[in-house]
Amino acid sequence: MQKMPVWADVILIPLVSLLLAALLSAAVIVGIGEDPQAALKLMISGALGSTYGWGYTLYYATNFIFTGLAVSVAFHAKLFNIGGEGQAMLGGLGVALVALYIPWPHWSFALIGCTIGAALLGAAWAYIPAILQAKRGSHIVITTIMFNFIAFALLNYLLVNVMRPAGSMDPATASFPEATHLPTLHMLLEPLGIKFSKAAPANVSLVFALLAAVFVWLLIWRTRLGYEIRAFGHSESAARYAGINPVRITVIAMMVSGALAGMMSLNTTMGEGERLILNSTEGAGFIGIAVALMGRSHPVGVVVASILFGFLYQGGAELALWTSIPRDLIVVIQALVILFTGALDNMVRMPLERLFLMFGRKEG
Amino acid sequence: MDNANTAGRQETAAPAIELRGISKAFGPVQANKDISIRVMPGTIHGIIGENGAGKSTLMSILFGYYKADAGEIFISGQKTQIPDSQAAIAAGIGMVFQHFKLVQNFTVLENVILGAEDGALLNTSLRNARATLRQLAQEYELEVDPDAVIEDLSVGHQQRVEILKALYRQAEILILDEPTGVLTPSEADQLFRILRRLREEGKTIILITHKLREIMDITDTVSVMRRGEMTATVKTSETNPQELAELMVGRKVLLRIEKAPAQPKDVVLEIENLRVIDDAGVERIKGINLNLRAGEVLGIAGVAGNGQSELLEVLGGYQPASGKITMNGQEIDLTGKKSDGQSRRARGIAHVPEDRQSEGLIMDYTAWENVVFGYHGDPRFQSGLFMNNAAIKEDATGKMERFDVRPPNPRLMAKNFSGGNQQKIVVAREIERDPDILLVGQPTRGVDIGAIEFIHKQIIALRDRGKAILLVSVELDEVLSLSDRIAVMFDGQIMGERLPQNTDEREVGLLMAGVTEEAS
Repeated sequence: MQKMPVWADVILIPLVSLLLAALLSAAVIVGIGEDPQAALKLMISGALGSTYGWGYTLYYATNFIFTGLAVSVAFHAKLFNIGGEGQAMLGGLGVALVALYIPWPHWSFALIGCTIGAALLGAAWAYIPAILQAKRGSHIVITTIMFNFIAFALLNYLLVNVMRPAGSMDPATASFPEATHLPTLHMLLEPLGIKFSKAAPANVSLVFALLAAVFVWLLIWRTRLGYEIRAFGHSESAARYAGINPVRITVIAMMVSGALAGMMSLNTTMGEGERLILNSTEGAGFIGIAVALMGRSHPVGVVVASILFGFLYQGGAELALWTSIPRDLIVVIQALVILFTGALDNMVRMPLERLFLMFGRKEG
Repeated sequence: MDNANTAGRQETAAPAIELRGISKAFGPVQANKDISIRVMPGTIHGIIGENGAGKSTLMSILFGYYKADAGEIFISGQKTQIPDSQAAIAAGIGMVFQHFKLVQNFTVLENVILGAEDGALLNTSLRNARATLRQLAQEYELEVDPDAVIEDLSVGHQQRVEILKALYRQAEILILDEPTGVLTPSEADQLFRILRRLREEGKTIILITHKLREIMDITDTVSVMRRGEMTATVKTSETNPQELAELMVGRKVLLRIEKAPAQPKDVVLEIENLRVIDDAGVERIKGINLNLRAGEVLGIAGVAGNGQSELLEVLGGYQPASGKITMNGQEIDLTGKKSDGQSRRARGIAHVPEDRQSEGLIMDYTAWENVVFGYHGDPRFQSGLFMNNAAIKEDATGKMERFDVRPPNPRLMAKNFSGGNQQKIVVAREIERDPDILLVGQPTRGVDIGAIEFIHKQIIALRDRGKAILLVSVELDEVLSLSDRIAVMFDGQIMGERLPQNTDEREVGLLMAGVTEEAS
């Protein structure tokens, strides 16, 4: 059987899916009596038309890159990590502990320390469902979902009862010391002569997210561990035959996944909030699933999909601000994008494949 | 045609199935090229060909899964369009696939009526079906408990349910795709009894297989396919296996391996009182003792499921066991705590597993990734933190070339190779490591004749280099022709050892059924 060329698989199909999602979204906007063209224009100018917009788009994208990579790594081992949200919350706790209780001389040291803190706690939070799956067969989808709730409850307790500064009414930690504040893109780009918005929250952790993408690519496709993770994901029985330890692979893949999800809080907690608040993750752990699906669990795909979702987030916020289109509509649009690029993949794939088949035969 | 009684009747009747000029292409691949056959009613017609010769495509066209690009189908002389499987069933065609299409947790009765219910209420359907089933069972000696749940049935009985499903839908023409691929020898015999019975009752049967022996055993006429074309249709009584094999492969083939007598040397592997208890607590191996010498092929004969798989898994390092195994005087770990597949390989035990699709290969890996599978920890293939993919690819290209894997493209996914070439990839990987001991399970299951010949030669060549080979196969022919010594396993025990020159199929067959000489 002849198959489609690779470019059609990785570029054309997502593009057609996106187009369909956009068309349907436009129909919905028309349905509530607004002008879809104006809405799209507003979204684009709001998210991409200024460095301020870009600053937000990239800020959101940074979150999604981390959580998308997290889901991707686990997925290569055929493990569905739904617990990115909880692992990111614990990562936030790690950041807060490191930033608050260790005196740092400079943000760069603090960033490294906080990265370790975030990764360690994120990985530890993923370790428990992983070991339960590997040793006891408790389904990882169920346990990771439950661990999201436990993480939230734990954080709630800690913020309200332990880490809240005396006299504050807010379930949040004290602000982190000055020396741990991360430079924003504005500060990073200024020496290069590029003017970037001062107010936008995008910060140096975007660079870390991109580095993480490179790291994941190397890990999965260039190392022995990655080879074993993928082999285990494709066929557990073959992995056993080859002497690949299923317990080890399950635990390691989940811990790498948890560490990546945890590192998301570098962006939100350390970069933007500069203190740990209760809901700093804002659902990014779940968006990571959609991002990984759309990006085919490939780092490049994940980065591209993250920017797209960042655009949807920021563009959606603009819509809500300037038009009477409710904020909820943007959730609808996101849902449509997820539906078409993730769940309805075959709906687009099959006709396209047939098209290529016909075209191929004419040539041959 | 000169047999007046039977042939006379066939002459006058229209063919049960006639295909004229059927062609089908998938992109640039011509799967079927201008194929014409006539199958007379009340006969068994064999279609034989190597993997990828186009047999399955042809039958899928007949059953309405594919639409032919050109050609016509006649059923009992009537030109018939078969756009989908519903139409095929309506035309009286029933298909038994290689992989059964049964609902595992339904009963036999529920499976039989599935999709052919009389109405919205199940009770009437079930009652009617029960009566019909009883009648069919008597007529064709197809006894199956109608209330048994499918997953509790043996593979042979599941196949009977598939046949019953077709008969329940009033099939006059029955197509069986590689029906014995999953059966034990005795189950295959039972199947053939049923098929003969069906023929007596006037049903027409098309049997797709690549096993020459089955063709010779049971068919009346046989068509040979090669590379999408029908190269010959002959009467079975007027041909022989050698001729059919040549028609299939397109050149002369050795059906029986030529080999020099073995020259066994020292014992390399000593198995003492080996016991295996599986996860369900069932004892699968019940204290066996075996020796394996350098320079010999020890064949383990037995019906599938009598402990041979577990024996290979224990030796391959991924099934814990108790007892004692010594290799070259050193005891090897059986608990699984200090050993796994990779530590076994490091000791010089290579393993061609019984099931290449679920164990031997990662179907979604490229060929080069598969050629290093299990040996991916080898320092030769590492460079610093990373794997040395360039070295792996180079290594794989050489191995694929020497083992004549076709197409010789290491970037192709394993799933895109034919069965024979997949097996060659596995065999190349294991034999090229030059192991001291080679474990081989079902080396030629689902493999075409050309590749069988090649794989057998490679195994004998390894033996002649003074290595020890433990062969497990459910194909008795294969065990008899390859082995220098045969041990027969039954119910987790060794029933006896024989030398191939001093035994025959009958004796080994009896041992396989658990009958010892004292008892018989």
